Formats: sequence, C-alpha cells, structure tokens
Amino acid sequence: MNAIIHTLIVLGGIGLFFGLLLSLAGIKLKTKSNPTLESLKDILPGVNCGGCGHAGCNAFAEEVFTGRAETDGCPVGGTELNYQIANILGVNASLSTRKTAYIKCLGSDKHSLFLFRYQGVKDCRSAVRLVGGGSKGCTYGCLGGGSCIKVCLFDAISIKDGIAVVDNDKCTGCTVCVKSCPKKLIEMVPYHKRFRIGCNARDGSKNVRLNCSVGCIGCRICEKACKSEAVQTEGQLARIFYEKCDGCGICAEKCPRKCIVESLASNGAL
Amino acid sequence: MELVLIFISAALVNNFVLSRSLGICPFIGVSKRLDTSLGMGLAVAFVMVLASAITHTVYNLILTPLSLGYLYIIVFVLITACLVQVVEMYLKKNSPALYKALGIFLPLITTNCAVLGVLLLNIELFAGSLLSAVVHAVGAAAGFTLAMVLFSGIRDRLAYSPVPKIFDGIPIAMIVASLMSVAFLGFAGMINL
Repeated sequence: MNAIIHTLIVLGGIGLFFGLLLSLAGIKLKTKSNPTLESLKDILPGVNCGGCGHAGCNAFAEEVFTGRAETDGCPVGGTELNYQIANILGVNASLSTRKTAYIKCLGSDKHSLFLFRYQGVKDCRSAVRLVGGGSKGCTYGCLGGGSCIKVCLFDAISIKDGIAVVDNDKCTGCTVCVKSCPKKLIEMVPYHKRFRIGCNARDGSKNVRLNCSVGCIGCRICEKACKSEAVQTEGQLARIFYEKCDGCGICAEKCPRKCIVESLASNGAL
Repeated sequence: MELVLIFISAALVNNFVLSRSLGICPFIGVSKRLDTSLGMGLAVAFVMVLASAITHTVYNLILTPLSLGYLYIIVFVLITACLVQVVEMYLKKNSPALYKALGIFLPLITTNCAVLGVLLLNIELFAGSLLSAVVHAVGAAAGFTLAMVLFSGIRDRLAYSPVPKIFDGIPIAMIVASLMSVAFLGFAGMINL
C-alpha cells in the first residue's frame, strides 16, 4: 500500500512541480504575436495548398501582413477573402490576378475522330503511352481519362462528352491540375476575361480538319477581326493575349470553326 | 583525470550517434545545413546536461530512498519533456529563425533516444557521482554536436555531388553516416569505462 501512495505522491509531485515551472516559464517567455497577424491567420483557409506560392497559409499571412504579398494572393479564398484581408489590414483590396484553370480542348466525342477504342486504365497518364499518344486522331487533345480530376482537391473538374471541363467558380487556381495533364493542355487564364481558345492542336490545318470538327486551323480570321490586337496566331494556332483583350467577343463570333468560346460561369462581374 | 576520460569516452569513443546509434532521427533530419545542425546540437546539449543533473538528483534523493527505482523511465521522460518545452519557448522568443528551421525536430527532442540514453547510462554507470554524470552528459552532448556538424558539412558537399538518382537524398546520407560510423570505430577500445 505504501508503495502505491509513494508512487502517487512522487509522480504527482514531480508533475506538479514541473507543471508550475512551465507555466512560470510560459509567462516569462511569452511571445507577443500581433493580433492583426493572428486574425489574418484565422481567416485563411488553412489547407496549406501552396497555391499562393508561399510555404503555407501562415507564411502567406506573414507576407501579406508585411506588405510583400497582394491581398488577393490566396487563390482558394477568392474575392471574398480578398476583401476580408483588405478590411483587416485597412488597405484597398487589389483586384488583379484571380486565375482559373482552362482545358484547351473542345474535341468532345462527337467532334473528334477516334483511331481506336481505348479500354485500358481510366487515367490519361496510362492512355497517353499508347501508339499515337492515345485513342484520338488529334495528338494534342484531351483524352478524358480524368488525371486532372483525381488531383483536383476542390472537385472543380468533370468529364463532359469525353473531355474534361473546369468549373470556373469552383476552381481555386491552385494549379495542381496543370502539372497532372500529360498533354500539357491546362492553362491558367484570368477569371474575369470571358473568351477562351478551345484548342491546343499545333499540327496544321490539314490534320486538324481531319481529326476534329472544332479544332483551330490557324486561318487568322480572329486575328484580323480583333480590334485590340489581342488575338494572335502562333504557328497554326490562335492565342489570346489577355492583357489586351477587352472581351468584345468578335473573335468568337467570326471563328469559322467555333473553337473560340465564351467561358461557362464567369460573366465578368466580381 | 577520470572526468577527462569520461568526457572523451562519451564524446568520441562511445559517440552517441555514431557508435551507439542513438538520436539518428535529428542526425538525418536536420543536418542539411550547418546552422540548423549546430542549433540542434546546442539545444540537445542544453537538455541533456540539465536533464542529467536533475534526473540524477531526483533518482538518488527521491526514487532510491523510497525504493521507487522502477519509476525511473517515466520520471526521466517527464523531466526531459518539461525541459524541452522550456527550450522551445526560449527559442521561439529569442531566435524565431532557428525555431522555424528546427521545426518538428525541436519538440521531438522529448523522445530523442540520445537524451534518454544518456540519462539511463548515467544511472547505470555513475549512480554514485553527480559530477561524473554531468561530465558524461557534457561529453555526450559534445559528441552529438560534433557528429551533427561534421555530417552537415558532408551533406553540404553531397548536395552538389553527382549522386546516382536512386541514392539521392536520404539513402546516400545513410551510407555516408555508416562510413562515418566506421571511421569513429577507430577510437574503439581506447578507453574502457
């Protein structure tokens, strides 16, 4: 019996003694953290996805706090978070850079030519290893295997008619999918600009015509139609330079192949 | 003279990392850069020496008279944990950069087997003499820091060396560590305690 009591007293006593010592040390060595910084850390999503380019949410909070990062740097929180951060810091929200992923292919099942039927593992990284880089005639197009869907943390990508499509409003711009695409089809485009070129084919008008009914053939009609010189044709593929684009939509209107499309969700409003 | 021998024995002959294979986790984990490995070495040294003095006293003055010797492991871990907390608070306040660089390895000193190893060996080898125990701890800490610093120097070079891809990173570090360990075996048998 004595042994038990001694054990309890000794262990409890030592525990209590060091506990008190620690709480004293806690008071003495208290680090003063800035309440503004703390509230910034509180409103950030806390998933540490790294989409902002910093080591994590805390690192981003410190960068914004010291003014080395923009208030809209967090792609996950979006506009709402941007305003909250600006509010806490007492500065104007910066509205520059929200970007979302866009998959540059419109070649859905009914539009494209298939050379054979792919029945392997449902994953682009597997499908792309086959002869000709997959079952599609077009070697640049989306295979619809869903590699990007698997890596997307925010459930923003889905397959529609055999091609992957990004939901602009769900996309947080973390760029994880960009790296996952073996065809390098995914590009980050400004959320607030409406028009996209839905083609990545660079193999010339003859092949594109053969393989896909909505592929860009490099006819330069969009380039000539654009008043702000925002559309330019590189090789046989049109490209929109978003800094110049004013969103008039004439390119989409004139495109004979209907491969310039208006983005699904965004209407340009904040 | 005996104290000098104890020191050399703990630091070189029975080096805690390279001969006894204790404390490998921080040895591999934070040895990528010289400043973090030195900081880790000093943090471990502080905990080791202070914990040695306290645990030795507690063991001799409280546990042994009450014949509660069997409690020693839990008591030692408790004391170590408390000291680690103090070190953590101190670093967080006075050296945030080092605090950040050490990261998770700092609280992990609590369960660092090198620290507990020193405390247990103290009881086993120097139960009667507090001074010997503390010198032993200082030697062990010096040996640990020495191994960390030497290893970080080597890893610095390794980062720029053409290492075959399958060995890149931790694997080559393990191999280098084993070679260092072999080198330290050269001291074996010099002193028998």
